[in-house]
Amino acid sequence: MRARFRRGVNTVMESLTAFAALLVVLPLILILGFLVYQGASALNLDFFTQLPKPVGEPGGGMANAIVGTLTLIGLASCLGLPLGILGGIYLAESRDRRLPWMVRFLADVLNGVPSIVIGIFAYTIVVLPMRRFSALAGGFALAVIMLPIVLRTTEELVRLVPASLREAALALGIPEWKVILRVVLPTARAGIITGVMVSVARIAGETAPLLFTAFGNRFWHQGLLQPIAALPLQIFAYAIAPFDDWHRQAWAGALVLIMMIFLSSLVARIVTRGRYSGLR
Amino acid sequence: MWTSAPVRRMLRLALLGLAGLVLTAGLAPSPVSAQMLMNGAGATFPYPIYSKWFDEYTRVDPNVRFNYQSIGSGGGIRQITERTVDFGATDGPMTDEQLKSAPGELFHIPTVLGAVVATYNLPGDPKLRFTPDLLADIFLGKITKWNDPRISAVNPGVALPDQPIVVVHRSDGSGTTYIWVDYLSKVSKEWEQKVGRGTSVNWPVGLGGKGNEGVSGQVKSTPGAIGYVELAYAIKNNLPAPMVRNQAGKFVQPSIQSTTAAAAGAAKSMPSDFRVSLTNPPGDDAYPIASFTWLLVYNDQSDQAKGQALVKFLWWAIHDGEKYTSDLLYAPLPAPVVKLIEAKIHQITFQGKPLLAAR
Amino acid sequence: MVQEGGAAEGLSLPRFALSTRTAGRWGDQLFRLLIRASALALLLIVSGMVVVMVRAAFPSIKAFGWRFLFTSTWDPVAQHFGALPLIYGTIVSSLLALLIAVPLGIGAAVFLSELAPPWIRPPISFLIELLAAVPSVVYGLWGIFVLAPWLRTQVQPALGSALGFLPLFQGPPYGVGMLAAGLILAIMVVPFIIAVSREVLLAVPNTQREAALALGATRWETTRLAVLRYARSGLIGAVLLGLGRALGETMAVTMVIGNRAEISASLFAPGYTMASLIANEFTEATSDLYLSALIEVGLLLFVVTVIVNALARLLVWSVGGAVKEVRE
Repeated sequence: MRARFRRGVNTVMESLTAFAALLVVLPLILILGFLVYQGASALNLDFFTQLPKPVGEPGGGMANAIVGTLTLIGLASCLGLPLGILGGIYLAESRDRRLPWMVRFLADVLNGVPSIVIGIFAYTIVVLPMRRFSALAGGFALAVIMLPIVLRTTEELVRLVPASLREAALALGIPEWKVILRVVLPTARAGIITGVMVSVARIAGETAPLLFTAFGNRFWHQGLLQPIAALPLQIFAYAIAPFDDWHRQAWAGALVLIMMIFLSSLVARIVTRGRYSGLR
Repeated sequence: MWTSAPVRRMLRLALLGLAGLVLTAGLAPSPVSAQMLMNGAGATFPYPIYSKWFDEYTRVDPNVRFNYQSIGSGGGIRQITERTVDFGATDGPMTDEQLKSAPGELFHIPTVLGAVVATYNLPGDPKLRFTPDLLADIFLGKITKWNDPRISAVNPGVALPDQPIVVVHRSDGSGTTYIWVDYLSKVSKEWEQKVGRGTSVNWPVGLGGKGNEGVSGQVKSTPGAIGYVELAYAIKNNLPAPMVRNQAGKFVQPSIQSTTAAAAGAAKSMPSDFRVSLTNPPGDDAYPIASFTWLLVYNDQSDQAKGQALVKFLWWAIHDGEKYTSDLLYAPLPAPVVKLIEAKIHQITFQGKPLLAAR
Repeated sequence: MVQEGGAAEGLSLPRFALSTRTAGRWGDQLFRLLIRASALALLLIVSGMVVVMVRAAFPSIKAFGWRFLFTSTWDPVAQHFGALPLIYGTIVSSLLALLIAVPLGIGAAVFLSELAPPWIRPPISFLIELLAAVPSVVYGLWGIFVLAPWLRTQVQPALGSALGFLPLFQGPPYGVGMLAAGLILAIMVVPFIIAVSREVLLAVPNTQREAALALGATRWETTRLAVLRYARSGLIGAVLLGLGRALGETMAVTMVIGNRAEISASLFAPGYTMASLIANEFTEATSDLYLSALIEVGLLLFVVTVIVNALARLLVWSVGGAVKEVRE
């Protein structure tokens, strides 16, 4: 009797948790569905090649916003990747006593800071002294967001490289720094690239810090010291406007943005599949 | 199959290639780098006409591009004060305090006239009209339902639903807000004391929308909503632009003519810095909630090439630009005002020398 | 084959194993300097952030003091700034999000790590990872055009007529408002709770499960008695991590919360969070005190999220020690 009751409870809880999992997945399907449904109809060649048109006039595209996002990602990577990878190596290899612990702690702190606060920081130390909004300021803000992710991922992966590899290289008389650069890093390369792709996926969609750094631009950017358009900024501006044509373009932009993000995540996964399957 | 070694190698190569592409896309100058970029920010009120002007102007002078971000008049004032943009735009004139805190002398250059309308969203699209005290009390939160007897009193014969009124105001710093609350302060003592004037006020009730775009978007999608937007935003979104009773007691439709009539008196007594309020003017045909909108430029420009481009554009705007206003339901500047502005533009200098040669 | 210990302590080799050639040693010094400088750069950035923000917020701190946290007027005209409505809005929207996301999230995590048949785990985990990758502005877009109208036309009228005697569900159905913000935040936060919870649950040693099963427990009972109880603090940590994320979320909330700095008992009413206030008003703060007040709000947000995140990580770490950080 009691056994049947317990088995019943088991079934109920199994179904409830399964239901929870389903409920969680449901919004994703709804959102993606809407994106594809609304956005695909507005996607055409114009969207990818044309600049925005003046208020109220139909047509135009988000070409500058797409290029702008790629530019900002490139800039952020130039600033964030070297610092992140070198810092990650430091955390994994250093024999210092207290600094690594502090850096690790602060990296986690930085990871949790809302991106809008990082935007305020970038505004105060880049935009104000330079007296202008610029792609540089936007790239800086995104680099700060990207830094902790790259840092921690690199640290983890460098640690995972077997000590025997290092010991073998050192036994051959290779200096320590060459061991790290030529033996350890290449071994960890695939995983580090995953970390990079994950951080790129994260910063591609960031809007808040760009509001007062990159500022937005209705034209092609004229160099890195000028304001620049970005896909999430444009989507935001169009979404809250009343014009139906802009709404359609916002959906299309959102679709393009999601495709970019998913693609980079997917590629990262494929590149590292099989290499670290036992270690995840 | 997808994860076999040769495929992975290919993908890694593709990744490297993409990374290279991204970096070059960013670091290489854009294809049209020979042009000069002028950055401006501010009011959403004139954004429809400004975006038209900046688009047309690329044909007039292909060497300059004007990038304008409509972030609200508050933003325009702030950013030009910080000198992070080349020009600002506002429909709420800067206060003396704000002018004092700017690093240089700022000019207010009027560009067009516009009207702020009390747009709403009701089923069946009834044609309503409002009186000043009605508007003040709705926005004070004292009138909360559409079928309130005071509204029916002013709109005899119109069927009003038993629906709550959803007030929509601006969430950002706005010149449109300034025009609206300036008007309400003039027609309602209670509003003046309780809320007052400013580009950003402490609203008694309502939802906040970002920009004229946000407010019209919110009104359009919320049945029972009422908000204040520039006339162009209402018309372009098929939202009503109701009549309002003016100081002379007549119900006037917002239009180019009634906006122009509102400015008729101002032209005669225009202050030299052009900071004037046109709300609640005398005159039978005047629409009571109209205003100039201004571009904010420094008296002494810090960059000669940019200063030249700016004055040339301003000259074009107040003369040729005015012919685009009627399509977008803005009213052109009255001729005597244009003369005064011309004189002002001649006063814009670079290192003491006027940028525009005297004509 | 992976020797965690060896790599973790750096190289625990006797000194003579390292290169003694001059060129190698010079290279080593330089390299060591380089990586230490990079680590210091991070230190500099975080401390710089704190210093810059405190300095910029100082005029406001001096003007309002502690009253800033308890005053409920946000009045730019009179230059009176009080952050209480923002704190309230942030807390309420985040709590509402957690109320929905925690049972769903932990339930889904339990399902995926304990109860689900193995063939179903990869596709669902994949979908949940996708959910975590969707940017905030896209959620906001969906929120404005799909969620808010649905709330306004179906959900809020139904809730209002069924439960309208509660002050929670009173007021006109705007669609946008606290309820919309809470729902969107819940959807955004759930993937994080699931990811971290799964890590925590996986860190529970199998011996616990085996012991319970050996005693004749059903799968659910095993989970409840052996796994969940053991992992409790870690799960609380996962919830706190979700909270940390919800507190700082900006764009999606800005687009659906109604942008009104007011405290209201109803979930239907519009509100404001600290993050969306900054997003809306930062570029336009027309006076120095206004800007300073906004930055003070940012500082507050910074402090609160740091505390919540630190607590969270402590709790998560206490369960398995070797639990990896969430990569988002």
